[in-house]
Amino acid sequence: MLVYLIRRLLLLLPVFLAVSMVVFMIIHLVPGDPIDNMVQIGASPQQRAILVARYGLDQPLLVQYGVWLRNMLGGDMGDAIVMRQPVIDLIAENLPHSLRLGGLAFLFSTIVGITTGALAAVYKDSWIDRSVMTLILLGSTLPSFWLGLLLILLFAVQLEWFPVSGARTWTALVLPVLTIGLHGVALVSRVTRAAMLDVGRRDFVLMLHAKGLSHRRIQLQHVLRHALLPVATILSLRIGWIVGGAVTIEFVFARPGLGSLLITSLAQRDYPVVQGCLLMLAMAVMLGTLLGDLVQAAMDPRIREQLR
Amino acid sequence: MTGRIRTSALWRALRTWRGALSLGCLMLVALVAVLAPWVAPYAYDIQNLSATNQAPSQAHWLGTDEFGRDVLSRIIHGARTSLSVAMAAIGVSVLMGMCLGAAAAYFGGALDRAISAVVDLTWSFPEVLIALIFVAILGPGLYSTMIAISIAYLAQFSRLTRAQILAIKGETYVEAATSLGGGHLHIVFRHLLPNALTPVIVAGMLATGDAIILEATLGFFGLGVQPPKPSWGAMMASGTAQIFLAPWTIIGPGAAIALAVLSINQFGDALIEALDIRSRLRET
Repeated sequence: MLVYLIRRLLLLLPVFLAVSMVVFMIIHLVPGDPIDNMVQIGASPQQRAILVARYGLDQPLLVQYGVWLRNMLGGDMGDAIVMRQPVIDLIAENLPHSLRLGGLAFLFSTIVGITTGALAAVYKDSWIDRSVMTLILLGSTLPSFWLGLLLILLFAVQLEWFPVSGARTWTALVLPVLTIGLHGVALVSRVTRAAMLDVGRRDFVLMLHAKGLSHRRIQLQHVLRHALLPVATILSLRIGWIVGGAVTIEFVFARPGLGSLLITSLAQRDYPVVQGCLLMLAMAVMLGTLLGDLVQAAMDPRIREQLR
Repeated sequence: MTGRIRTSALWRALRTWRGALSLGCLMLVALVAVLAPWVAPYAYDIQNLSATNQAPSQAHWLGTDEFGRDVLSRIIHGARTSLSVAMAAIGVSVLMGMCLGAAAAYFGGALDRAISAVVDLTWSFPEVLIALIFVAILGPGLYSTMIAISIAYLAQFSRLTRAQILAIKGETYVEAATSLGGGHLHIVFRHLLPNALTPVIVAGMLATGDAIILEATLGFFGLGVQPPKPSWGAMMASGTAQIFLAPWTIIGPGAAIALAVLSINQFGDALIEALDIRSRLRET
């Protein structure tokens, strides 16, 4: 397992370099001089000179990239132009909100998704199965931000059960988690159901029936166990979805978080913040995928062998 | 030969109630988009400041927005933007993805490794994030939205085409074409791609639904088509500010997106069933 972990981490290195290079290039690809994109309007020549020295802007591009990457890794992400504070502080302020929302949405999708998927498989073709299938259909087609707005309209504006926006109390988390979660639930539930039906056709299940075990016991104790493997695969492949969902939904609910910060700074053309946010979000996706792969490898020895 | 098989599959898809109903809805949405200036009861940019935020009524079926503009007319005009952006972006994405995937699979070796490395890199990131990176570079607007969306979905089509071509590359008819002296371009475009096309086209169709949502998301963030041109996402964004006053400004455009995406997904699904290519689509 340790060998697998090390190999997997080494594989992540080139990905990280490539992503950081793209993020680095943003400031050079947008129209205009990079310094103009980094300072406030009306900055003095001295201030510009300080920036040139700090980021090595008179050096070749590759050296600049090296300086930038070293600064980034050292926690110096530059200063926000519009919000006038270090980018790292802005990120430190917003990151916990995103982690909380993303983590809860992930838990919600996993637990509810596996439960509903298993129920649908055990009681196939019953009304339970049909309602789960409808849920899956809705979850995979409704645009998530519209769903979020509908939930706000119903539960916050009409019924006044939850706050409309913000992140002051824990109740403010309920609607965003539900909104991101429905997509995840649809995905996990569909995979669980399909995998359980697939496993249910194998010989060992027939054998268990022959032994006289009850249908429900076979499904829940034996079939579900085997079906969890493809579920883990799809979850680890699609962790990025949760991150992407969080970006959108934070903005809908006007919650603080990396996604809201990214979109606000994009609209304000505050490029140092944009770069910092994109890098953090990309790292979140990469680490999430890594975590998913590790869980999968822990569950399935065949995967560990593959990378030997 | 293949043409006949595909037409009959289309008929098979249409004979199921799901296929017929979804294609019907889809045609309706498309027709409304094409005929927007003639079917919309009002112009999309005519303001009436004495009738702002009015609830749905006989004169305004879906109410009016904060400038007194007719919501229904704006949805109808917005259909043009949403559908054309999504279709153009996915069209470009499918074309580029097919070329990349075909080149990777056909030539193999270092080229395959280079293309696959880049493609797999973008594959693991959510489409919203990729689109946001490119909008950051290109700036907000109609064309950057199109480009951003087409790049966001590129990986999917490239991977799918690559898998299809790898599966048929070793077939006898390809060998025969090679031994008859067919050039690389001839073999790829005349023999390989036509046989790999069906799943890629269907995947492209399904992705158009996702692209409509992505376009609306970018519009919702204020990074898509700029006002006064209506787009479904931007309409909902301005509606959010009025959520207490005029909830219909959110419900209408969202329902339009849901209808378009639902009918695309259902029709795509019916096509997959009729063509029996579900396993081929899963190869990526």
